[in-house]
Amino acid sequence: MSEVLGGYLPMILKGMIVTVEVALLSLLLSLILGILAASARLYGGPVAKAIAASYTTVIRGIPDLVLMMLIFFGGQILVNKVGDKFGWGYIDIDPFIAGVLTIGFIFGAYMGETFRGAIMAVHKGEIEAGHAYGMTGFQVFRHITFPAMVRHAIPGFFNNWLVLVKTTALVSVIGLEDMVYSAKVAGDTLRQPFTFYVLVGGLFLLITAVSDLAMKWFERRYNVGGH
Amino acid sequence: MDFSIIIDNLPLLFKGLGLTLQLLVISLAIGFVLAIPLAIMAASKSPWLRLPAKAYIYVFRGTPLLIQIFIIYFGFSQFEWLRESYLWVIFKSAYWCAIIAFSLNTAAYTAEIFRGAILQTPKGEIEAAEACGMSRWDQYRHVILPSAFRRSIPMYGNEVIFMLHATVLAGVITLVDLFGAAKIINSRHYAPFESFISAGLFYLAITFTIVFIFKLIESRFLKHLKR
Repeated sequence: MSEVLGGYLPMILKGMIVTVEVALLSLLLSLILGILAASARLYGGPVAKAIAASYTTVIRGIPDLVLMMLIFFGGQILVNKVGDKFGWGYIDIDPFIAGVLTIGFIFGAYMGETFRGAIMAVHKGEIEAGHAYGMTGFQVFRHITFPAMVRHAIPGFFNNWLVLVKTTALVSVIGLEDMVYSAKVAGDTLRQPFTFYVLVGGLFLLITAVSDLAMKWFERRYNVGGH
Repeated sequence: MDFSIIIDNLPLLFKGLGLTLQLLVISLAIGFVLAIPLAIMAASKSPWLRLPAKAYIYVFRGTPLLIQIFIIYFGFSQFEWLRESYLWVIFKSAYWCAIIAFSLNTAAYTAEIFRGAILQTPKGEIEAAEACGMSRWDQYRHVILPSAFRRSIPMYGNEVIFMLHATVLAGVITLVDLFGAAKIINSRHYAPFESFISAGLFYLAITFTIVFIFKLIESRFLKHLKR
């Protein structure tokens, strides 16, 4: 195996770790932004609602790579303008940070929509029952809305995650040494681009398959006492 | 923001817009045609028909489009017999590789949408068609597919928007689509805001147009479902 891949397998696996790191950190950011966006749209005042709605619209209307380039190159200029004022000298924007910020920002919008739908799907009667028992707003959210919402959000959440994982491939375009980038280097050096791209495609399928298993486990766990 | 950069480069942006729309329309048309037999196979009861179609859909939906386009554009050059055959005219051209990758990819997503819609066909409609003495072919042609297409319209609208956003990958393999044009403007003037924000606005405008067109199509074909 290692002979066939010319000793490049460790490099590909190292790239895979970068891919998974980018994916998990973006997921974390998207969860935070998603919860903020969903709360703003459901419980916020008119200004918060308008901001959340335009966030969703812009993200859905503009391709991910355009946003990534904007954040990568534009962020570079902004950071250095601020840096000039404070005399920090030249700062390089890291493609890792630009990638995580962009992907987290994009999927925050999708997560927001998923959470909003899931919260709206919680039965009003359950929430009213909580209030009738004298629970505070936070207690109702913690013990009733949140657990019920999680159950409704699982399919949408995993769907977003699967799309997110595939989107991480784009960080190779801004120069981050992820799985795709490593495949390009190895494939070009050995003149076997087909072999390495197919290998990386297979690794993406592996991540998808593992995620599918995780989703089935979560669905079983959270459907205890469910419908 | 330096608007003179945008104004000076408007012709380039509009040229890019032309290529983006051209890639989108051609790939969607080919993908749509391929998706029909794929969906019928994937919805079939016979495993000989179902499994190959499902495998195709799984692989194309489970891997990033970036990898698919890299396999076709860079990967296939690994094979000498291909480089020496007549097919090489097609596979050495970024334009045709983009069209092939986009078409095969949207075929998989569209087939999955149609498959779901075919499986949702009300039993009564099929029984009625059988009672009228229709052959299996006639049933598909006159009953199952027309009603499945109608049910697919909202989901297919989303797929068209996803495809629009996916066409940016043409810019990654050196084509000058809208994204490619923005990249050129950015590298010429080092103006990431001017170039990527204006490209983003173009994409936003096309997205809104597509949404509007699908609203019209829905109000025409899904009138009977309105209450």
